[in-house]
Amino acid sequence: MDLGLIAQYVANGLMMGLIYALVAVGFTLFFGVLDVIKFSHGDVLTWGAFCAYAVYMGLEMAGLHYPALALILMALCAMAAMGLLGALIAKVLIIPLRGAPPLNVLLITLMLGTVLRESIRLFFPDGANPKHFPSLLPAWSATWGHFTLRFDNTVMLLAGLMMIVAVQLIIKRSKLGLAIRAVSQDGETARLMGINFNLVVFVTFAIGSALAAFAGLTYGLYYNELNFNMGLLLGAIGFSAAAVGGFGNIYGAIVGGFLFALLQTLGAAALPFASAYKDVFAFGMVIVLIAIKPTGLLGEKETERV
Amino acid sequence: MEPGGGNRLSQVDGPRQGRVLARPGITAMRLGSNKEDKSMKLAKVLSVLLAGLLLGLGSGVALAKETVKVAFLGPLTGGVSAIGVGGRNSAELAVKLRNADPKAKYHYELVVLDDECKPNTGVQVATKVAADKQVIAAATHYCSVVALASVDIYHKFGLPVVVWGAVHPDITYGNNYKEIHRVNGTMINQNEVAAKFVTGLGYKTWVLLYDTTDYGKGMQQYFSKYLTENGGKVLGSFGVGADQQDFTSELTQAKTLNPDVIWFGGLTPLGVRIRLQMDKLGVDSQFQSCSGIISDAYIEGTGPLAEGTLAFREGEPVENLPGGKWFLSEYNKAGYKEAPDAFGPFAFAGMNMILDAIEAVGPKRQAVVKWMGNVKDYPTIVGPVTFDDHGQNISPAITKYVVQDGKWVPWQDSEYASGKRQLKRR
Repeated sequence: MDLGLIAQYVANGLMMGLIYALVAVGFTLFFGVLDVIKFSHGDVLTWGAFCAYAVYMGLEMAGLHYPALALILMALCAMAAMGLLGALIAKVLIIPLRGAPPLNVLLITLMLGTVLRESIRLFFPDGANPKHFPSLLPAWSATWGHFTLRFDNTVMLLAGLMMIVAVQLIIKRSKLGLAIRAVSQDGETARLMGINFNLVVFVTFAIGSALAAFAGLTYGLYYNELNFNMGLLLGAIGFSAAAVGGFGNIYGAIVGGFLFALLQTLGAAALPFASAYKDVFAFGMVIVLIAIKPTGLLGEKETERV
Repeated sequence: MEPGGGNRLSQVDGPRQGRVLARPGITAMRLGSNKEDKSMKLAKVLSVLLAGLLLGLGSGVALAKETVKVAFLGPLTGGVSAIGVGGRNSAELAVKLRNADPKAKYHYELVVLDDECKPNTGVQVATKVAADKQVIAAATHYCSVVALASVDIYHKFGLPVVVWGAVHPDITYGNNYKEIHRVNGTMINQNEVAAKFVTGLGYKTWVLLYDTTDYGKGMQQYFSKYLTENGGKVLGSFGVGADQQDFTSELTQAKTLNPDVIWFGGLTPLGVRIRLQMDKLGVDSQFQSCSGIISDAYIEGTGPLAEGTLAFREGEPVENLPGGKWFLSEYNKAGYKEAPDAFGPFAFAGMNMILDAIEAVGPKRQAVVKWMGNVKDYPTIVGPVTFDDHGQNISPAITKYVVQDGKWVPWQDSEYASGKRQLKRR
């Protein structure tokens, strides 16, 4: 295998890994503060992507054809809308079920995911058909042998990494982050210390969901295509990535996301059997990894959470 | 234990309780009966009036016509719904035109069901329609996987069906069911013509991608067979998942193999993704596919990248069909929002044959099956139809298509054929 080819595989894998990592960070945030698994996360991503698409269509209809402006507006609207949706989900479905068995939250968010998904299919104009998502970044590219480096992919990768770093900084450096960490360590004690528990939970869900919206936008720009059920598999992959990396650990989610993309790429490129089995291979490896290390690669020491 | 204790209790209590409860009931009934008498009279008068009205209205239009149910099944939601909805509209048009015809013996009611292009849903709706004894015949399925999964059901219930879009050979040739017929061609003819044509264009090497459903696998099997017979060389062959999103790994591999043509056997949603991702990776091979991507949704989904895509389909383009112009004008007159799309004329022809059969032999499933078995050179808008002993229409022409300026254009009418434009790598 020559160097260009390997570089191309790495570039493909990095883009997929970025999207998975963004989803996985959301999962790990939710688990961190409330010990819940929110299975509708993938469909929030789909909503984010369709929200961005709707903003684009609106701008086109209004006759504003400025790609840069469109992109910024799309990102802001989608992230704000999904942030609100995330907080709303936390308020209506997650907080009231705090005392209930964790299985209930899991089931209720699984069902919410179906509602979100089907509502796009049924209520978005022509929602059952694939949508052509516009390329808004310049399509400059450079080619070396088998490797094509695209400017738009590089921008998306950098923006995504910046987004993850920003979340990490919020958690580690800001006062809000301190509150989030306090709640995640011990909700009751944090309350006694005067931290507004509910507010912290809403903000955490808003951050996670806004990240999903960003991932949805990235997805649209990368593949130039949206469909109503794209969040289903992405949710499953993001969840597995968070589990492999270790729930509650942001670095773990990032590692898990990129690892999953690596496994998929390996499955498709390096293994002799048909590439149709690459997902089977990647999920199989996840099972093996979790069996070896149930707390995840960078998981917390204590196992009682899992 | 006191044997019979329970009995004694009920003997004592039962009637007493009954009496107590009955008394207010009786009074209530008596009170009510006066009111009821009045309302009954009113109702009688009203019903007589209504019946008279209905008779008066009905007698002008369809007094003597018996209502007969026929069905249409196709993908009305999901990735290929554009074709399903076009087919549904076309079948509905056939029924509407028949109902408007004063010479028609029956009044037809169309039952429409969505198979979602998924075998599990398809089997459910197929069972629903086949088990409904009032449904005499049906025009069924665009997706081969659904059609393959449901033929057994139609056979079991003895429901005559005419397939209007699915192309897998085994739908008709994989069984001996007398109930199954098909107006469009199979993927065998399609791939034979396709392989001959593209090798004739001077292309030498191919990389094949196909979805791992029966449809994609069948396409791959027949295309590679005829391709090698015609001297083409397959450099690599990749099966992909039917909902797969990311094809960058497969296409990266394909890129290193550097084929003249990348061929895809599957349906529109995947076709759109593969074409878009080819561009992202800088793959500059010619893109060729099959009837599965011939749809307006493919062009909408890929935008300018659709230009120059090659694909093949049974039948002539609507405009060139014997009754195509008439069909299009009627379709537009009916005011449908959606285009008839690629297989609309086949759905129209299939439904029209069903109606002709019922007109000829009456609304009986067995009789319709028998009628269909004798169809020979039957004139339809897609050309004369002859069913062989497997119910397969044996005279379907194959048309070669290329996308030119956002439209599927028959090859012979395109600027690519005249040499004004060039396909990639020629």
